[in-house]
Amino acid sequence: MALWVDEFRPRTLDNLHYHQGLSTRLKSLAASGDFPHMLFYGPSGAGKKSRIACTLRELFGPGVEKLKIDQRVFLSPSKRKLEINIVQSNFHIEITPSEAGNYDRVVIQELLKEIAQTQQVDLNAKQRFKAVVINEADSLSRDAQAALRRTMEKYMSNMRIILCANSTSRLIAPIKSRCLLMRVAAPNYHEMETVLNYVAKRAPFTLPPEATKKIIDDSGGNLRKAILVLEALKMQSPDLSGPLAIAKADWETYCHKVADLIVGEQSPARVMEVRAKFYELLSHCIPPTVIIKTVAERVVERVDESLKADIMHWAAFYVRKIVGGLAVPFTHSCWPAQEVRMRIGSKKIYHLEAWVVKIMSLYKHFFYDVDMSAFD
Amino acid sequence: MSFFNPKGASAKTSQKHVVDPALQPWVEKYRPRTIDDVSAQEHTVTVLRKALTSTNLPHMLFYGPPGTGKTSTILALSRQLFGPDNFRNRVLELNASDERGISIVREKIKDFARQTPRAQAVSSDGKTYPCPPYKIIILDEADSMTQDAQGALRRIMETYARITRFCLVCNYVTRIIEPLASRCSKFRFTPLDPSSSSLRLSHIAQCEHIDIDSAVIDTLIKTSSGDLRRSITYLQSASRLASSTSPPTAITSLDIQEIAGVVPESVINDFASTLGIEVEDAMDVGGSTKHNANSFGAIQSKVKELMREGFSATQILSQLHDLVVLHPTLNGRQKSSCALVFAEADKALCDGADEELWILEVGLRINKAIS
Ligand SMILES: Nc1ncnc2c1ncn2[C@@H]1O[C@H](COP(=O)(O)OP(=O)(O)O)[C@@H](O)[C@H]1O
Ligand SMILES: [Mg+2]
Repeated sequence: MALWVDEFRPRTLDNLHYHQGLSTRLKSLAASGDFPHMLFYGPSGAGKKSRIACTLRELFGPGVEKLKIDQRVFLSPSKRKLEINIVQSNFHIEITPSEAGNYDRVVIQELLKEIAQTQQVDLNAKQRFKAVVINEADSLSRDAQAALRRTMEKYMSNMRIILCANSTSRLIAPIKSRCLLMRVAAPNYHEMETVLNYVAKRAPFTLPPEATKKIIDDSGGNLRKAILVLEALKMQSPDLSGPLAIAKADWETYCHKVADLIVGEQSPARVMEVRAKFYELLSHCIPPTVIIKTVAERVVERVDESLKADIMHWAAFYVRKIVGGLAVPFTHSCWPAQEVRMRIGSKKIYHLEAWVVKIMSLYKHFFYDVDMSAFD
Repeated sequence: MSFFNPKGASAKTSQKHVVDPALQPWVEKYRPRTIDDVSAQEHTVTVLRKALTSTNLPHMLFYGPPGTGKTSTILALSRQLFGPDNFRNRVLELNASDERGISIVREKIKDFARQTPRAQAVSSDGKTYPCPPYKIIILDEADSMTQDAQGALRRIMETYARITRFCLVCNYVTRIIEPLASRCSKFRFTPLDPSSSSLRLSHIAQCEHIDIDSAVIDTLIKTSSGDLRRSITYLQSASRLASSTSPPTAITSLDIQEIAGVVPESVINDFASTLGIEVEDAMDVGGSTKHNANSFGAIQSKVKELMREGFSATQILSQLHDLVVLHPTLNGRQKSSCALVFAEADKALCDGADEELWILEVGLRINKAIS
């Protein structure tokens, strides 16, 4: 049985629940015959992928939903075999280049060239081009991005690229200047409410307003998360009444524990304890950026107003150290890929630890009322 | 039926594969056909025009920011030298999208250079072309070649010097190794000045029979900072959107800003006033609690809100930067400490640091700097 997020996902642009303005634009673009290369960007769970799927359907008709998954083998320059899963229909192809890690350029190059040299064989096809959807485009290495740019111009007649990314900051300018940008904002409270009610109606069951509020407040604008939580809660407590406890992810709880340790005591022994916890988190491939951010946000909830800005400052500082001088993106499939970029071999644990020492000393000095200006 | 159905000899079939001009992207449709069509870049065009009459070309290095006409210029120049019939066997275009292992480049170039040029005096379009006795090898996006590959290229250039001319095209001239760069005549392409951009955009609008007023053209130019490819793309997108609504509407500056990913001014002003910067018209964006709002909590939740809206962090930074730098009442010291933060954040974001943390960092430090 499919999860609700998939089962009740809108299939056409008309059925999308919010950002009607965007849907109208996409519809008219799809109808105009000269569909451009596109870049969809926005936070996780805002509905980019659904919107892309609906756009494809608008362009090509229902045939685009007939998917098959192929495993393709590519050869890295050093003749290592790379096996990549490729989702495709007769009209489009979808790739997540982070699966290819450091060899994303090879995969992009080969695939695009192949597509560029093929023509649509289906004479009834509504478009003469094929669409190439590139997920997590902001995790493409610079090399792979460079490989894309002229290709996007040269093969425009039989191929359109649709990029999907959380942010545009990591995409090189020549790529952005070849795309039509579509910002997909997270749905607001009211819009999320509509969607949750719709899901409840389809399921069907009645959704108490208190439950809706709780789920939305917890979701941080991530609709996918909200629907997943709704389904989980419904399993736990079928009538969704009474106090609902939304389970936090293990790593999140763990990060909060780290924050509590830091605020609780500031000593070398405590640093060692925290370090052990960091190792644990890292070994579960939680990206260091996410660790620092989650811990820091929890710490600032618990300290004096005058310390908050400094704690976030040092979080930003060490996060930059962690990603700084980045050479090759390093990705792992269990996390949105762009979060995991860092220089291979950089000692991330050192930076995490240095940050902890820094904020412990800030915290301690705060109580002894020592002038910290020399540390800035 | 398989998705992939290779056309075989793609070069031949793609010639037949004519694109309906109505469906062509305007950046291609309005790519300069001759070097005289190239806007701005006067110096480059003058020099190349001379080279064209003498038909004696040096090796060349074109560099400059995207969308300033580098690729168009070399393509136009080659076409004017060889004409449509000989273009294919005289001009080889390689770019970063092609496999660029240097051994492959060497093979390709060797093959290409070996074929004897067959030049017809009069071309099928009835014109005569100079058709000088060498071939042109265009290495587009050369700055993404490794140093080693560039070193090897230098030797290839020497080996085939008699029968080939190279044109390297790149954004960053500093990424080209000195021995290679020094063998080329360098041509710098500059971001297009507003009046040249304006002329070109009006020309395109006229050819496409669309009405745009000068305010829209100004917005196009402002949002694309001298990158003509970008402004043409924006214009085409806006025109698609405007013409496909019923009834068709006129293109507005707001449409352009939206397409270009510009953050609405009201949003930036609102953010700025949360940071404690006095903004004239922040009042019309609701809420009257602005003045005691610049606490840590208020700034943090404003940043989260911006992130949820999906605005690009670099875009927020650049607009906030402009607001601060041009601010009428902030003093020089305040502005320079803000400028420092902007620079640090820009670098951090380029490296891929977390956007939310860094926008928050910028917000907090500006707040500190001005209070
Ligand atoms: N100087 C220019 N004059 C006329 N059109 C230009 C000029 N620069 C860019 N363009 C337009 O922008 C598009 C991209 O230009 P291109 O030459 O590919 O830029 P790049 O410098 O990135 O190689 C062209 O198709 C053309 O329509
Ligand atoms: Mg170019």
